[in-house]
Amino acid sequence: MNVVYFAWVRERIGLPQETVTSDAATVNDLIVELIAREERYAAAFADISALRVALDQELSDFDASLAGVREVAFFPPMTGG
Amino acid sequence: MIVRVQSDVFDAGAELNSFAQGRHDIGAVVSFTGVVRDTKGDLQEMLIEHYPGMTQGAISKIVQEAVQRWDLADVLVIHRYGPLKPGAPIMMVATASAHRAAAFEAADFLMDYLKSRAPFWKKEITNDGAAWVSAKDADEDALNRW
Repeated sequence: MNVVYFAWVRERIGLPQETVTSDAATVNDLIVELIAREERYAAAFADISALRVALDQELSDFDASLAGVREVAFFPPMTGG
Repeated sequence: MIVRVQSDVFDAGAELNSFAQGRHDIGAVVSFTGVVRDTKGDLQEMLIEHYPGMTQGAISKIVQEAVQRWDLADVLVIHRYGPLKPGAPIMMVATASAHRAAAFEAADFLMDYLKSRAPFWKKEITNDGAAWVSAKDADEDALNRW
């Protein structure tokens, strides 16, 4: 699946998007896998309460299923307007 | 209903003049324009990042919600991204309705939701460095009004 990052999440991880091959069942499971990869992921996902997630361009929850999901996006709370 | 996501500057006055023009069922037009603010006098620019695949759809959903809740003749939302200078317009919302209450309330609703539910992130580049603007608890709380 495609994993995309925005704002300081993108800066901490050091790239805007990547293709991730994973059997993670939920967003939380995916985060655990990413954190295990490298320190920069651990730094980005250190405080989940400071993050939001979108699945296929719709806001979602960290316990949501990844079944059939093509794009996961991680970003801080939005500051539009 | 018009939703535009763009890097180009817009002319809020011209947009407002052409908004809902020619309609005779409208008794009230309300508009809001958000502008880049330089509170401390040290802002070089505001960088607005967005999620291209999601932005248009997320804003359209917020507009649809407003249309279902209020009797609106028309809605306009423009939101910019990219580097913006102090004093530059960031975004605007306009609502048109038969009566003012619906137009005012819907514009207020749209602003609250665009602030916390449209995928934009602001970064301030100042003389001292760069920092992402944090979302405020008050902005999230504002959604509970609706």
